[in-house]
Amino acid sequence: MSTPAGEPGIAARARWAVSDSRVLTERYLLQLVRVPTVLFFSLIQPVMFVLLFRYVFGGAIHIPGVGYAEYMLPGAIAQTAAFASFGTAIGLAYDLGRGLIDRVRSMPAARFAVLVGRLTSDTLRSLAVVIVLLGVGYAVGFRFDNGPGPALLMVLVAVVFGLAICTIAAFVGLALKDPEAVQSFGLVWLFPLTFVSGAFVPVQTMPGWLQAVARPNPVTLVVSTMRSLAYGGPIATHLWESLAWVVAILAVFGPLAVRAYRRAS
Amino acid sequence: MSTPPAAIAVEGLVKTFGSTRALDGVDLEVPPGSVLGLLGPNGSGKTTLVRVLTTLSLPDAGRARVLGHDVVAEPSAVRRRIGLAGQFSAVDDHLTGFENLDMAGRLCHLDRATAARRAQELLERFGLAEAAHRVAKGYSGGMRRRLDLAASLVARPEVLFLDEPTTGLDPRSRLDLWSVIRDLVRDGTTLLLTTQYLEEADQLGDVIVVLDRGQVIARGSAPALKGQVGGDVVTARLVDPADAERALAALGPIGVATPQYDEEEREVRVPVGSAGPGALLEAVRRLDQDEVALADIALRRPSLDDVFLALTGHVASDESTDAGKSRRRRRARARAKAQP
Ligand SMILES: Nc1ncnc2c1ncn2[C@@H]1O[C@H](COP(=O)(O)OP(=O)(O)OP(=O)(O)O)[C@@H](O)[C@H]1O
Ligand SMILES: [Mg+2]
Repeated sequence: MSTPAGEPGIAARARWAVSDSRVLTERYLLQLVRVPTVLFFSLIQPVMFVLLFRYVFGGAIHIPGVGYAEYMLPGAIAQTAAFASFGTAIGLAYDLGRGLIDRVRSMPAARFAVLVGRLTSDTLRSLAVVIVLLGVGYAVGFRFDNGPGPALLMVLVAVVFGLAICTIAAFVGLALKDPEAVQSFGLVWLFPLTFVSGAFVPVQTMPGWLQAVARPNPVTLVVSTMRSLAYGGPIATHLWESLAWVVAILAVFGPLAVRAYRRAS
Repeated sequence: MSTPPAAIAVEGLVKTFGSTRALDGVDLEVPPGSVLGLLGPNGSGKTTLVRVLTTLSLPDAGRARVLGHDVVAEPSAVRRRIGLAGQFSAVDDHLTGFENLDMAGRLCHLDRATAARRAQELLERFGLAEAAHRVAKGYSGGMRRRLDLAASLVARPEVLFLDEPTTGLDPRSRLDLWSVIRDLVRDGTTLLLTTQYLEEADQLGDVIVVLDRGQVIARGSAPALKGQVGGDVVTARLVDPADAERALAALGPIGVATPQYDEEEREVRVPVGSAGPGALLEAVRRLDQDEVALADIALRRPSLDDVFLALTGHVASDESTDAGKSRRRRRARARAKAQP
């Protein structure tokens, strides 16, 4: 028996893993560009949310010490970052159904390049949407009062939080496999997650039992962090709590998504 | 260093899904450079076998080696040397033909320039050069299948797996694809091809293996299999099912095997070996004499159904399990949805 072409070394494997992930990131970004309507609506919807909340509910909601535009924009951004996960879950379920994941898995490509590529492209998309929302926010009265450093950090927090939610969605998409089921399930958990939180109204205004759910909600903590960074408040505690959530989500759902990817057929 | 290892070697392969034994002790050997036609009805285990051999699925028992590499122990060595075009075209609708192939090339670790060159080369070879920079969404079924096949070839695999490559194609596209596949084989690629059509296995395969409920029920060259079936078949469709007994009796003497009656089709089938048109004339004469009213009568080449009937005594069951049905439905739904 002869052994042709031995296994490539660890350095070569790492280099290819990066290259494979890049190819797939490129692929998902191209998809996004090719279906501009999807991109358009994924922008219109959050912009509409910002305008609705700002002008329809804004008059009725009074937050002491801060204008409603400034108060709600971090909430709208966090919600949008979370909703980007629909794309992750549906996209992976679609790829699975079309045999695209099988094709990649039958190639020498690094095993998890599909997951990495999907999550990277979704994160880049989140970043673009966050920037658009900040522009809209500025037009309706939102301002960064703490300077550019915290402002950048706020964007980073939003995007990293979005990545964590997309990781949950990757698991859901690969486990449920059916794009329609994935979509329905997304609505079921993302609406309560983002609305039973301090994203749009202060948690104190909710009934006690609901406060018990809303207070530890990662969306509440992430949005508090973003507010502190944007216009003032205790930054450190909120930041650590948010970070703890993000790390916990990634630690649980990262491996679950990888496992679902390996088993999915 | 005597004989080269078989391109594909499978021993006692078992794969179960719940209570379904999708592969129930399969043994196979495919010599390098040859073509194996894997023939079987829906649910017989063709896709399951292909998935195990291409490292997408782990077997429960048995061993499978591709070019000497164990599919379980050395999956990456296997992946570097195989190509797969699965049962459903794995084409990315939003990407152009060129982008689909270029990305496939890069994922097979060709460098950028080589990947682009290879993509262009394959687009030309598969008659897709004109459509190269159009989004695959607008491709016809045949173009899509060719693109999918091209994607499985980017890295010049030594062993190629094609799972029902021509299912759903019109006769012309099927012939086109056959000629492409013949070219590949001429260049020395080892090919395992699954199909539901005896004719396709016959046209392309050196050896045909017939799979039923996860087991190999026959293997051999196409002529040998046809011999087992009894060669050509005279089929007589009856006007009145009540004539069945009389028709079977009338046709008994001209057959090389016992005639069979298919109630659903109201059809009497008699294998007639290589007697050809003479047997057809004789059948018409005899049925006419016995006053059996005919809706239709014909001489045809044996189909997969005939092979099955001859080998197993039962008609190929379309779906062996409910699980298979629901899975297939789910797949079909997912695909329908994936369409614009
Ligand atoms: N992932 C799965 N889960 C459950 N059952 C499965 C799975 N994959 C295959 N099966 C079952 O295994 C059996 C063989 O299926 P397989 O897809 O290999 O058949 P096939 O010969 O490729 O059929 P077809 O011609 O319809 O493609 C079927 O009974 C099927 O229902
Ligand atoms: Mg199949």
